[in-house]
Amino acid sequence: MSYSANQLKNGLKVMIDGDPCSMQQVEFVKPGKGQAFTRVKMRNLLTGRVWERTFKSNESLEAADVMERDMEYLYTDGDMFHFMVPVTFEQYAVEEKAVGDAIKWLKDNTVCIITLWNDRAIVVTPPNFVELEVTETDPGLKGDTAQGGSKPATMSTGAVVRVPLFIEQGELLRIDTRTGEYVSRAAKA
Amino acid sequence: MNNDHWQPSATLETLKKRAAMLAQIRNFFSLRNVLEVDVPVLSQAAVCDPFIDSLTVEYRSFPEDTVQHYYLQSSPEYAMKRLLAAGSGCIYQMSKVFRNGEVGSRHNPEFTMLEWYRLGLDDQALMDEVAALVRCITGIEQFQRFSYRQLFLHYLEIDINTASDEQLAAKMREEVEVSGDYDRDGWLNLLMSHCIEPQLSGAVFVYHYPASQSALARLTTDEDGISVAARFELFIDGVELANGYHELTDAVEQGKRFAADQQLRAGLGLPQRPLELRLVKALEQGLPDCAGVALGVDRLLMLALAKTQIAEVLPFDFSRA
Repeated sequence: MSYSANQLKNGLKVMIDGDPCSMQQVEFVKPGKGQAFTRVKMRNLLTGRVWERTFKSNESLEAADVMERDMEYLYTDGDMFHFMVPVTFEQYAVEEKAVGDAIKWLKDNTVCIITLWNDRAIVVTPPNFVELEVTETDPGLKGDTAQGGSKPATMSTGAVVRVPLFIEQGELLRIDTRTGEYVSRAAKA
Repeated sequence: MNNDHWQPSATLETLKKRAAMLAQIRNFFSLRNVLEVDVPVLSQAAVCDPFIDSLTVEYRSFPEDTVQHYYLQSSPEYAMKRLLAAGSGCIYQMSKVFRNGEVGSRHNPEFTMLEWYRLGLDDQALMDEVAALVRCITGIEQFQRFSYRQLFLHYLEIDINTASDEQLAAKMREEVEVSGDYDRDGWLNLLMSHCIEPQLSGAVFVYHYPASQSALARLTTDEDGISVAARFELFIDGVELANGYHELTDAVEQGKRFAADQQLRAGLGLPQRPLELRLVKALEQGLPDCAGVALGVDRLLMLALAKTQIAEVLPFDFSRA
């Protein structure tokens, strides 16, 4: 299957120079007199590189066989990270490179979005919010729940997050994985 | 079709401003004794410009009859020139025109074009009138003028009179990654749209386009004796708003340009459509000396209201049409 450049839209995955790439920003450029171009900002899904290229609007581009599936994180054997599709119990072993920064937020049973290219896992996207336990931080300052002041806290996954001064070791916190920022205390299960 | 999108893409407040602007434009021409016309937008002939694709319509004399192809016009230019040759005097048209495949933040396949012709004016004099109209709608006071060559010298330090195709290509590839290969005008268009337009701030008229990009403009010579097109464009903050010509009146030359465009279409594997030979006939009869310009009304409203998406100034954009 292929697309012509003027069919590109945000989120579409196509092969560029042999690598699957995701279209991030697509702009139609048409001088009043002159041929049309498609200017694209895209992301190489294997390397993470983001860059721009201009195509002729009628240029043909091969679709990348890329799909996204929700999978639950199971464990790591130190080398590969193992995920499972909850419905079918299919398991996928994912290289550390594909896990990337998501490694900071992975605890057992976390449901991530796994990007598969030709059935190979190439990107792991953690959920937007995770709930993690504080394993280490300076003692909390009682009553200091007003604004101002933060301190580093190490979470159960090893991630270090800036938290308000009143947070204690052992608390469960809600974290935004897109910014790496503390959101709130979470209710203990 | 997305049935959830029944609502307009513009706010009702914007649509009121749109109506007021259309009235203001009509008033501008009424005060100047320019006659409003509404020539057909559905015609037996199509635009010859290789890079504008007309929408084809199937006409039947009765439902079971064989199809005759008609074409939605990409500009009222050909028919308006037939009127001029018939002695209409100065005329304007503000109507919907159609361009296949043109969808984007500043493009809609169906859009409103204002086109007008002024007898006895040349391209430089018509720029004054374009500035007056845009000033009246947007309040913009300052309009700069650069020749196409000056613009390339100023922004890219390239002299288009001496630069080779390879030098243009190298400059472009230095700035933005480009796939594929282009002819000279292709590289010039790429440099213009990717490297120069984004740097243009305020209102800028660009005149004396390369002779190879003359479209329906007559040729003239610049101060260095180089043949250039008597064509201009107006950009506002880098957005192409209007395109005008000191019109070609030579019927033989017009016929040659049609033939050349048709040949270019064939070479590019583009559809061959009936040429507007009645325009050549009209020019044989005699087109008065005149200058004409086409201006994108939706884009003018975008500018006046500081909108970034054409959808925001249309009752229903293409995705909701």
